[in-house]
Amino acid sequence: MAEPILTVEHLVKGYGENTVLDDVSFSVRPGEVVVVVGPSGCGKSTLLRCINALEPTQSGRVRLGNETVAYGGKGLTSLRQRIGMVFQSYELFPHLTVLDNVMLAPLKVAKRPKDEVQKEAEALLDRVNLLNKARSYPRELSGGQKQRVAIVRALAMHPEILLFDEVTAALDPEMVREVLDVMLDLAKQGRTMIIVTHEMQFARAIADRVIFLDGGKIVEESTPEAFFDHPKTERAQKFLRTFTFDSVK
Amino acid sequence: MPDLGLNVLLKGKNMARLLGGLWVALRISLLSVAISIPLGILLGVLMSGKNPVVKAILRVYLEIIRIMPQMVLLFLVFFGTTRAWGWDLSGETASVVVFVLWGTAEMSDLVRGALISIPKHQYESSEALGLTKAQTYWYIIIPQTVRRLIPLSINLITRMIKTTSLVLMIGVVEVLKVAQQIIEANRMASPNAAFGIYLVVFLLYFLTCWPISLLASYLEKKWR
Amino acid sequence: MDWNVVAQYLPLFEKAAWLTLRLGLAGIALAIVIGLVCALVQYYKVSVLRRVVGFYIQLSRNTPLLVQLFFIYYGLPKIGIRTDAAVCGIAGLAFLGGSYMVEAFRSGLESIEPIQTESAYSLGMDRMQTMRYVILPQAMSTSVPAFVANVIFLLKETSVFSAISLMDLMFTAKDLIGLYYKTTESLFLLVVFYLLILLPVSLLGSLLERRLRYAGFGA
Repeated sequence: MAEPILTVEHLVKGYGENTVLDDVSFSVRPGEVVVVVGPSGCGKSTLLRCINALEPTQSGRVRLGNETVAYGGKGLTSLRQRIGMVFQSYELFPHLTVLDNVMLAPLKVAKRPKDEVQKEAEALLDRVNLLNKARSYPRELSGGQKQRVAIVRALAMHPEILLFDEVTAALDPEMVREVLDVMLDLAKQGRTMIIVTHEMQFARAIADRVIFLDGGKIVEESTPEAFFDHPKTERAQKFLRTFTFDSVK
Repeated sequence: MPDLGLNVLLKGKNMARLLGGLWVALRISLLSVAISIPLGILLGVLMSGKNPVVKAILRVYLEIIRIMPQMVLLFLVFFGTTRAWGWDLSGETASVVVFVLWGTAEMSDLVRGALISIPKHQYESSEALGLTKAQTYWYIIIPQTVRRLIPLSINLITRMIKTTSLVLMIGVVEVLKVAQQIIEANRMASPNAAFGIYLVVFLLYFLTCWPISLLASYLEKKWR
Repeated sequence: MDWNVVAQYLPLFEKAAWLTLRLGLAGIALAIVIGLVCALVQYYKVSVLRRVVGFYIQLSRNTPLLVQLFFIYYGLPKIGIRTDAAVCGIAGLAFLGGSYMVEAFRSGLESIEPIQTESAYSLGMDRMQTMRYVILPQAMSTSVPAFVANVIFLLKETSVFSAISLMDLMFTAKDLIGLYYKTTESLFLLVVFYLLILLPVSLLGSLLERRLRYAGFGA
């Protein structure tokens, strides 16, 4: 079995009295799609933010290959280039066109030649059917389109692993699908991903492994079939029941 | 060490004279503010009203007053009225006239801004609750407007006080003029007094305006 | 009004207007630099400097330019700091304007959500790159209305330069009124020249503001 790309070791994170992540450990192997689910406030988003060192942690560490990703640590910018992240609120840069959004980091951070970057950016936009929007500004796009651009923007840096933080939560229902399809396509290409989501059907379809987080702890970790069909713990069963309405009848 | 002005200030009634000069400036500003605020509220309400003619006239007034430096306005009123109508306004009267014209314009714009910043649905939801127009204004709109307005009006006071320093230029004997007189009178004994005395004038203005600014920003934060 | 007198004084006012503009623009340029530096100090919460900046802002905003100029021009030479009137005027305007520009830039910077910064970080940008390519361009356009208002305010404030014997528009008008009693013509020219300087800036400002509002970035 291949070496893990990313390892999270005994991560502890709290704000004051409040513990958000409580000794979280897991690893992700190349090509693997890990989906993190759990009730609101369970620490899913914080987990992703800590993996990208956007927030300080109290103890434990995140390792990317053989290097440690630490908040304020050395070489953080080059490590972050290897981790792509997509936010719930898209966070495109509103003053730049779609194409410039995608090209900014490859040009200014990776310092790659412009011709090559543009060719690649256009190819990636084409792949998500947005080449015709390359010269548009983010405000002219729908939510689903913005989120697809955000994914392309992350891909343009050739990350080794992609983090998705509830990327469909802010979307109108009819736009959710177009974004999920892009992610399914990425999974098919063998991309390594950690996905935080509330879309259970999608989670089941895309995941190689499901992590159920509750109260800052990993409560269950198993295959999607095992988790969704035969959840082992009471908490996971209760969580999954909130997505069905059988008990109402 | 040569005297930098402190000895001069402590001599005789010099400090008291300086404070007296400051009071002249403050009196002009406070009088102007006291007249400007009610006038400004009146004009501001008219400006957010529906009559297009009234609105246009007020707009022109506001733009003319705001584009001219206050100093130019002072000159126009002080020298211009003498020329045009033979009035012999005192410097102080001319100052109050100019600062009222200016203060009213600024205040009316603040009032208009505060009124239009109240979202339309505030009116609609009061109406939906069955409040009359008078009740809507009295219980919903005016309290919100006043909260936005008070910090801004307090700021207008500090702006007015700072602007009042200009009256020196039309011959009103205020704090800077008194400072000049003191420095002049002690030129032989303390040739370097200008440093200390102008520094004290600077600090006097600061100590007058700073607490008022603090109050305004405190209220602004509290009521945001 | 005697148009011959107006014609006769026109060159004097023209010269004075250039002085007003030159000193005004120099002071404003410096004020922008001071404002930007101080706004960045506040944005990054640089420990000690932040307090210094806060003190400077209070000092500058709570004192009149005329008093600042008197201290710089008549006071400072007494302790050996001597410069000519033009430099004093520019310095005074920069001292005053800096604190107004800080506010304009600060509110622009604060209007950018922190998650924009995180999004730039997640692409591997460092602090400098994030500021330069992501935060500043957005903050600048948010600051435009306040910025234009400051420019107009500062140009108007130059009218006190005459107090330190700079031969600007006010000085010229006062001189002509005092010496020759040509009150009407002087006041007329004074107003016309201030309008010539201020109206274009004001119109440009409202044009820019309208454009920005319609092109508003939005979510």
